[in-house]
Amino acid sequence: MQANYSAAENKAGGLVQNERKKKRKQAAMRQNKTGIWRRIGVNYELYIFLIPAVVYTAIFLYGPMYGVLMAFKDYNMLEGVMGSPWVGLKHFQRFFQGYNFWSTLFNTLLLSLYYLAATLPLPVILAIIFNNVKNGMFKKSVQLAAYAPNFISVVVLVGIMKIVFAPDTGVFNIVIEKLFHVETADVFGRPEYFRHLYVWSGVWQTLGWNSIIYVAALTGISPELYEAFTVDGANRLQKIRYLELPSILPTVVIVLILNTGSIMNIGFEKVYLMQTPLNLSVSETLPTYLYKMGVINNDYGLATAVGFFNSAVSCILLVIVNTVAKKLGDSSLF
Amino acid sequence: MRKMKKTHITETLDDRIFACVASFLMFLLLIICVYPLYFVVIASFSRPEMVSTGRVILFPRGFTTIGYDKIFQDSMIFRGFLNSAFYTVAGTLINLIVTLPAAYALSRKDLVGRNPIMIFFIVTMYFNGGMIPTYLLIQNLGLYNNPIVLLVCTALVVYNMIIARTFFENTIPYEMLEAAKIDGCSNTRFFCTIVLPLSKTMIAVIALYYGVQHWNSYMNALLYIDDQEWKPLQLILRELLISTNAMSSMLQGSESAEEQQNLTSIMQYGIIVVSTLPMMIVFPFVQKYFVKGVMIGAVKG
Repeated sequence: MQANYSAAENKAGGLVQNERKKKRKQAAMRQNKTGIWRRIGVNYELYIFLIPAVVYTAIFLYGPMYGVLMAFKDYNMLEGVMGSPWVGLKHFQRFFQGYNFWSTLFNTLLLSLYYLAATLPLPVILAIIFNNVKNGMFKKSVQLAAYAPNFISVVVLVGIMKIVFAPDTGVFNIVIEKLFHVETADVFGRPEYFRHLYVWSGVWQTLGWNSIIYVAALTGISPELYEAFTVDGANRLQKIRYLELPSILPTVVIVLILNTGSIMNIGFEKVYLMQTPLNLSVSETLPTYLYKMGVINNDYGLATAVGFFNSAVSCILLVIVNTVAKKLGDSSLF
Repeated sequence: MRKMKKTHITETLDDRIFACVASFLMFLLLIICVYPLYFVVIASFSRPEMVSTGRVILFPRGFTTIGYDKIFQDSMIFRGFLNSAFYTVAGTLINLIVTLPAAYALSRKDLVGRNPIMIFFIVTMYFNGGMIPTYLLIQNLGLYNNPIVLLVCTALVVYNMIIARTFFENTIPYEMLEAAKIDGCSNTRFFCTIVLPLSKTMIAVIALYYGVQHWNSYMNALLYIDDQEWKPLQLILRELLISTNAMSSMLQGSESAEEQQNLTSIMQYGIIVVSTLPMMIVFPFVQKYFVKGVMIGAVKG
């Protein structure tokens, strides 16, 4: 009986306690809530600061996202994206069954991979050279010169290439003819040179600029490590091999992953400018095909489907590279 | 003892060989990077026959400024130049007005909802609607063929905003804000009178990134501008340098075919120089800021 009573009392006490706890919690929540509003209110100006950026992003960056639906619809100007009839995968089917689907996909992938393979290691080598040469006028001027091509526009770059590699009057051909006495060809127009020209002009333009990030990573290596290597009798090449390369490897991997994510898209401007009817067999890539279908032929459904497919491929590439990087080393983007 | 001495000697030898090879490679790089640009400049001052027969290698031959004379007489190029200057200056101003306040707001740790807002921006770095939906959006907004489109359609580059945010986070101490608040300073006033003057370097970096992008871009103009009057320089350059028909129609006149060919080539060199000159003049003075920008971005990376 006694025991029962005390148990009941305990229970009642527990209830009361529970109730108290609940009330306290509610009060805390209420306070927290007013706290949030107060914290927002105090800094209301910061939200005003954000308005232009948020409005721009919502309209110009998020706005087109729902337009991706056009890939599954027969777009009609009058009815808009929402009102147009669904057609399922019709546009994708048209795209996949088109006569140039495989060649376009192959061109895009090959060009991207070649570009990636050429532009990734060279800036690393350059950064290591910069890091191992004494600071001075010579180094500074070389760096200045190496950054300069990065500021030339794509149009001018392609224009220069077109003039320099022109069949009869271009300097390149004249010099080659004088030096090696060989007949030269129309380097700019011939399809077999297109990829090399595209990739190596890109290397020329970005080599110096891309080395900056690695130089920054290299200057972060502690001098004590260098001293330790010197004490252990390592020569310069050994220091590069066992100290500098491992220290910048994570940066290289991050740059590789970032480049993989964007590479299917960035090529459009230059490829489009370099495209001629003669080299179409190798220069037709997904973005240029998309542009022609969409903007020139007004076939919006097909063009959106191509764009969707392109994004999907680059997304898959990104995930693959990221997974491989994670497996091989510790660094990855996500 | 003898052994130590020996290693000492081999080490210096190694270093010497390395220094030689490195210097040679750097010299090679210097030539590869500078020579094409140098060649365009000397070719623009040389007689076209000299250039096309390969006699212009190190110095201009048969000095002439006829190419430049023709270029400066041409109203289309001049118009393009003015348009580009306008787009660059006005566009960069808009960029800064949009980017800097937002970056500052996001750098404040006491901003409620900071992470969701940040994610809202970062998503757009990886996903976008694509060329065609954006193109239709511009048309629906009535911005097609309107010069304003080139100012607003790239009003914010999220990457630049992140650079600015990182800079604010690292250089504006929270204590400074507290002190200002105690003295009764509002957020707006704190931002305008304290934060901005302390961030001049970073603002220069961001402005230059945006400026270069505006000056060099042709893609948006290709998509959204159809009116000859509003075309930026890069688009006109594309017509003159890459599709040769425009060039020969520009030179229609009494000249013979060969003369026309010669004029075309010297003018092309000249146009490249004229369009690239603003960048090349500004670039050496500002390159250290660019380098700083890459470094701030890399810290975040």
